[in-house]
Amino acid sequence: MKKLMLGNEAVARGAYEAGVTVATAYPGTPSTEITENIAKYDEIYSEWSPNEKVALEVAIGASIAGARAICSMKHVGLNVAADPLFTVSYTGVNGGLVIVVADDPGMHSSQNEQDSRHYARAAKVPMLEPADSQECKDFVKEAYKISETFDTPVIIRLTTRIAHSRSLVEVSEKENYALKDYKKDFNKYVMMPAMARKRHVIVEKRIDDLKDFADKTNLNRIEWGSKEIGIITSGIAYQYSKEALGENASYLKLGMVYPLPVELIKKFASEVKTLYVIEELEPFIEDLAKKEGIKVIGKELFPLVGELSANLIREKILGINENSTNEINMPIPTRPPVLCPGCPHRGVFYVLKKLKLTVTGDIGCYTLGALPPLESMDTCVCMGASIGMAHGFEKARAREFGKKTVAVIGDSTFIHSGITGLIDIVYNKGNSTVIILDNSITGMTGHQHNPCSGFTIKNEPTKQVDLEKLAYAIGIERVKIVDTYNLKELESVIREEIAAEEPSLIIAQRPCALLKNVKFKGPLRINREKCKLCKICMRIACPAIVDNGSYIEVNEALCVGCDLCTKVCNFNAFERVGDNND
Amino acid sequence: MTNLSIMIVGVGGQGSLLASKMIGTVAMKKNFDVKVSEVHGMSQRGGSVVTYVRLGEKINSPLIEQNSADIIMAFEKLEALRWIKYLKEDGKLIINDQRIDPMPVITGKEKYPEGIIEFLKSKYKDNVISIDALKVAKELGNLRVVNMVLIGILASKTSIEKEVWLEALREVLPAKLQSVNEKAFEIGYNFAVK
Repeated sequence: MKKLMLGNEAVARGAYEAGVTVATAYPGTPSTEITENIAKYDEIYSEWSPNEKVALEVAIGASIAGARAICSMKHVGLNVAADPLFTVSYTGVNGGLVIVVADDPGMHSSQNEQDSRHYARAAKVPMLEPADSQECKDFVKEAYKISETFDTPVIIRLTTRIAHSRSLVEVSEKENYALKDYKKDFNKYVMMPAMARKRHVIVEKRIDDLKDFADKTNLNRIEWGSKEIGIITSGIAYQYSKEALGENASYLKLGMVYPLPVELIKKFASEVKTLYVIEELEPFIEDLAKKEGIKVIGKELFPLVGELSANLIREKILGINENSTNEINMPIPTRPPVLCPGCPHRGVFYVLKKLKLTVTGDIGCYTLGALPPLESMDTCVCMGASIGMAHGFEKARAREFGKKTVAVIGDSTFIHSGITGLIDIVYNKGNSTVIILDNSITGMTGHQHNPCSGFTIKNEPTKQVDLEKLAYAIGIERVKIVDTYNLKELESVIREEIAAEEPSLIIAQRPCALLKNVKFKGPLRINREKCKLCKICMRIACPAIVDNGSYIEVNEALCVGCDLCTKVCNFNAFERVGDNND
Repeated sequence: MTNLSIMIVGVGGQGSLLASKMIGTVAMKKNFDVKVSEVHGMSQRGGSVVTYVRLGEKINSPLIEQNSADIIMAFEKLEALRWIKYLKEDGKLIINDQRIDPMPVITGKEKYPEGIIEFLKSKYKDNVISIDALKVAKELGNLRVVNMVLIGILASKTSIEKEVWLEALREVLPAKLQSVNEKAFEIGYNFAVK
């Protein structure tokens, strides 16, 4: 039976069919739906882990215990999980272990554009790259065979356009995978220097074996067309190439991008007239091919930055420009993403801007507080960085500057990697103020539970981290809890805490406005007789309040009725639709 | 059938998922190959979003390039203007006559262009179909059927039988929502024939 499946959904299906029984992840676009879909299979234990490092460690444990395990993350998540990755390469596996990493060329929803293929080479681990949803499913199953045959973790690399595209998938039955026996094996699983030295030799031998395998496996295939043009490609770049060049080229389509099939590449190169490597981001295949003395054209034609497209390939290789020449003589305003109407974060950024504070920020919906007109965030680097950076600001510019600095971080991000930063502030005698934006959910990635939400991935009730107690336990003595809709209290608490000569934590609470159980009173409108056009309401940057020049208007189709605007308006100009004589 | 490339453009949160799901279901019923490319993550928060749907004998790229969309379905006017470069010379443009101001317009840094629909009609003539789908939805008593009105128009511009679209509608929507959505679909389907 064929089904239309998202790439991520197909990865989940592949895990199910391969008999996986343990699945772990921390949510991150574009990887989140993998584990969301795995959670629907009752046969698989799945979890949202606090971060990617823990997720991978759980999966490694499950693998060594004899199960097939899968661990999924976005590209930057692999940085967090890099520590266990490099060493599980040495220990190898028992039950198969697959790590799925989703890169984000074009940075649709990411802070950098790193190419995770480098991790495969650096950690000496094989990497597969599917080009559609069917391959997503098939490659996961193949990855388990490789993992167990070669005693290695296997990485599957997706990119946004594979992860978030739907295509047809032939589904099949679940394989019966029996838990492997667990045998204590000091030399294999305890990586102390004496044992690791021996394992490293095995890893090098394994990579040689995998090179031979790469030349033979049907994961890599040649599709012959015109031999005037030869294309070495993989993943989504293969689809763009086929779209652009069709039968006018021959293709070496790589399903295994590390290690590369050197002999196969040489054979292909010898049969085509001009050879190109078409790959997004880094010249990964190109560099390895050149190292083998194969003459290829790559990044001298194609960009290192952003995504490729069929039109770009046509233009660079065939010299045909099919982009539109139709000029639109109208300026088109940009439409950057914004905090939603009713967003609980809006009030916090309004106050931070009012107080003219330096704000070290973090990763989540609330990063949007950096954009105009709120513009109340100074930095955003990685998960958890806000807290360490606030401490760094204080240590560099002394206490008086520190008093004008706060760190802002979401609840899920705080659990992910904010806790250690906070411990650092206490331990090293900092005075920073940290605001946890506690919206009871992981927002940006689409509402995943986390240790603060009180529910597991399967919506089962569980223990909830008590942020207040946690703060006390690590030595913070000033903890304040405020409602983010209460602007007055929010402002006075922030003023007080930044002035304090010790570290403090403000837990700013209010659930995400998009959560189903969050109810509002319905849209407001402006009474133009009362409105004095002071425009103070424009400072909260609500997408539903529009400045029409001569008057201010509420877009009733967008307004939910959170009433934040009523708290900044000094003239009671906002009224609820339907309250008067409509 | 030669390949059909459809773009659904709008503002994050307007809900293009139902449309792409329904077109995907239609494609499967017709035994076509199909690819749908979606937007998740940050742009969903009120940004400009685009969904690509391609169906036909064999589809390679899930994306649609400039000058190659057969149909663009715009949930919002400004987004129609933003993505018009992707429309084929003789492609169809379906516009929902709704305005959502982006933040730079709200803050007065940029201007929302006046007369978008008139401009597009002067350029693309009869290939532009505009409708106030929000009004239709209000009349039907359910604001969420805006999309279905537009899908109805879209369906009338393809060579795929109406009954197949209705079957898909019944497959992707729960029973209690089918009746109002069928009404919305019919209004859209008959709108452009007039």
